[in-house]
Amino acid sequence: MPLTLLPRECAPFLDFVHALRRQGFAVSPDQTETFLSAITLLGPRGMEHIRHAAIATLAPPIERMGAFEALFRAIFFGEVRAAALQDSTEDETTVNDREGHEPQGEVALEQEQGGAKASAFERLSTRDFDQTDIGLGAFRRALADALPRRHSFRQLRVHSNGAIDLRRSLRDIVRAEGDLAVPRLRRRQEVVRRPLIFIDISGSMSGHTDELLALAHATIQAIPRTEIFTIGTRLSRITTALRAQDRTVALARAATAVDDWNGGTRIGPALKAFLAIPRFAAMARGALVVIASDGLERGGHAEFESSMRRLSHLAHRLSLATPLAGDSRFRPETAALAAVLPWLDDLVDGSSAHAIARFMLTLDRPAPRASAVWKEKAHAFSH
Amino acid sequence: MNTQSATEVFVSPETVAEHFAACRYIADEPLATAVFLAIRLGKPLLIEGMPGVGKTEAAKAVAQILGRDLIRLQCYEGVDAQHALYEWNYQRQLLAIRQADKADIDIYDDRFLIERPLLRSLRNPEHTVLLVDEIDRADHEFEALLLEYLSDFQISIPERGTVSASQPPVVILTSNRTRELAEALRRRCVYHWIAYPEPGREAAIIAARAPGVAEATASAVARAVSAIRARPLAKPPGISESVEWANAATVLEKGGSPWPEAFRRAIGVLIKDEEDLALMRTELPRILDEALA
Repeated sequence: MPLTLLPRECAPFLDFVHALRRQGFAVSPDQTETFLSAITLLGPRGMEHIRHAAIATLAPPIERMGAFEALFRAIFFGEVRAAALQDSTEDETTVNDREGHEPQGEVALEQEQGGAKASAFERLSTRDFDQTDIGLGAFRRALADALPRRHSFRQLRVHSNGAIDLRRSLRDIVRAEGDLAVPRLRRRQEVVRRPLIFIDISGSMSGHTDELLALAHATIQAIPRTEIFTIGTRLSRITTALRAQDRTVALARAATAVDDWNGGTRIGPALKAFLAIPRFAAMARGALVVIASDGLERGGHAEFESSMRRLSHLAHRLSLATPLAGDSRFRPETAALAAVLPWLDDLVDGSSAHAIARFMLTLDRPAPRASAVWKEKAHAFSH
Repeated sequence: MNTQSATEVFVSPETVAEHFAACRYIADEPLATAVFLAIRLGKPLLIEGMPGVGKTEAAKAVAQILGRDLIRLQCYEGVDAQHALYEWNYQRQLLAIRQADKADIDIYDDRFLIERPLLRSLRNPEHTVLLVDEIDRADHEFEALLLEYLSDFQISIPERGTVSASQPPVVILTSNRTRELAEALRRRCVYHWIAYPEPGREAAIIAARAPGVAEATASAVARAVSAIRARPLAKPPGISESVEWANAATVLEKGGSPWPEAFRRAIGVLIKDEEDLALMRTELPRILDEALA
């Protein structure tokens, strides 16, 4: 319907749709038309009808419902758009700790002292990344061939060792007027297992964060199904940000998506929050989970241990890359590391992106469990 | 089964809610509105929500209200056209070719076509409700396959041409949101997110779904479950688990267990995770005391 033919009463609804688009909600013209049809159909007899029609037809993602509702109130009730709109840059997800509290400790203090929440630009200016190319090109090219694969349920045409594709074989026979041509075969295709990377961005890891993000960017460019999360005082998904091909752009987007750079470490609660969301937990099923962290957990380690146990059951391989292991005197003897060791497939050197990259290129090779490796090492050290 | 026209039955969101209540499904206003809009606008309804909140039951209720058959397509990784749309009966085709010898035979006749759920609902839209269950378990390729069906209610069979529905079929898709669905799919549907209900509404749901449960028990269960969901559980209980817990506790109470003890003993029906059970062992007595107060 041309805009000029629409009655004047439609203007607020179209304003609402335009405001949604400006805030990054994907609203197609079809949906706008359906929204207007829904309002016509409903009467409407109140603002609640309009709200229900908007939610049903414009289908906002549940994570952004707060921003959607705030916009609705701003357009239809003239309320001032609150901070809820500021979370609307992209579909990245930040999960608070398990109680769902606002950030505590230093982070909360910083926000109180700083007044309003910093804008993306301001935050970006306080979190600059080292843009030096650290030479991960070879890693990026080799990664797809180096990762283990699994059988997909989808089937591909093959020339040997496959089941007969009756449907296509019959078509060939009919085309050849009854002659039995070479039967078509098909077999389940193989797909690379999904890398799932957690990057510890706490203060104790600040010297490694830039390199780790560069590594994560190289990984996602090589394997688009990769999922990347940061863990600090909270859990943040930065997969979409790092999908940008240009590393500078990708890191700038990641900087805006994460709030808790260089804060404390709450790995256990962050991993627990990850596992509590079915959409995220499903990402770990059959995945190659690499956690880049020093494992220096603040407080008790019970949640860290239970989350690692769960991850170990879900994942194909669970690896912890710690910078501490770069030191030849390192032993996994802290209470947290000792508790999670039985659940780890690998506990490896994470002192540089290159060390982790080298490790990731060996993921296809079976290895003894981390506890066995470190038991053997401990035995060797003692002699 | 007495089939009715969907638009005649669902005349307003309020009537939708009334019909749902008659089927012992307590629908809130947003769900009733979403169902009403989906039916009246002739669009598929996409229902998302945590496991056990009543997504599939909503589809069953719609089929029951309309007096139609529910055709269910359970999705999984690898589900494809052959499982969802149609398949040719190759063995029968080969036999027919051999039997016909030199005579002409149409091997793409209806006799050789095996209808799968989507085609079945397309050919018989006035007598069926199609449920595409747990679409998030299927892969992206299958979502793409559904797009033509969901937007135009038609499917293309290369050997036969395009098959279209005589009227928009009632289609309900459910997702547990274990992954993001494509925007293309979402925008073709009317959308509704089913959240965990408030204790008052959950008590009404328990009373409707478990008629043997006393009203006071239903209220206590709803309050306790609401408190349990507020705890950091790996698998928060759904509404179906609440109903089962109320039923199980009532059975135990009739068997001689006093009230708090009956709830405690039946906890395995509600919590199905070892760690969550360990957490609840310490917290449940206090939660039950508060719920039963």
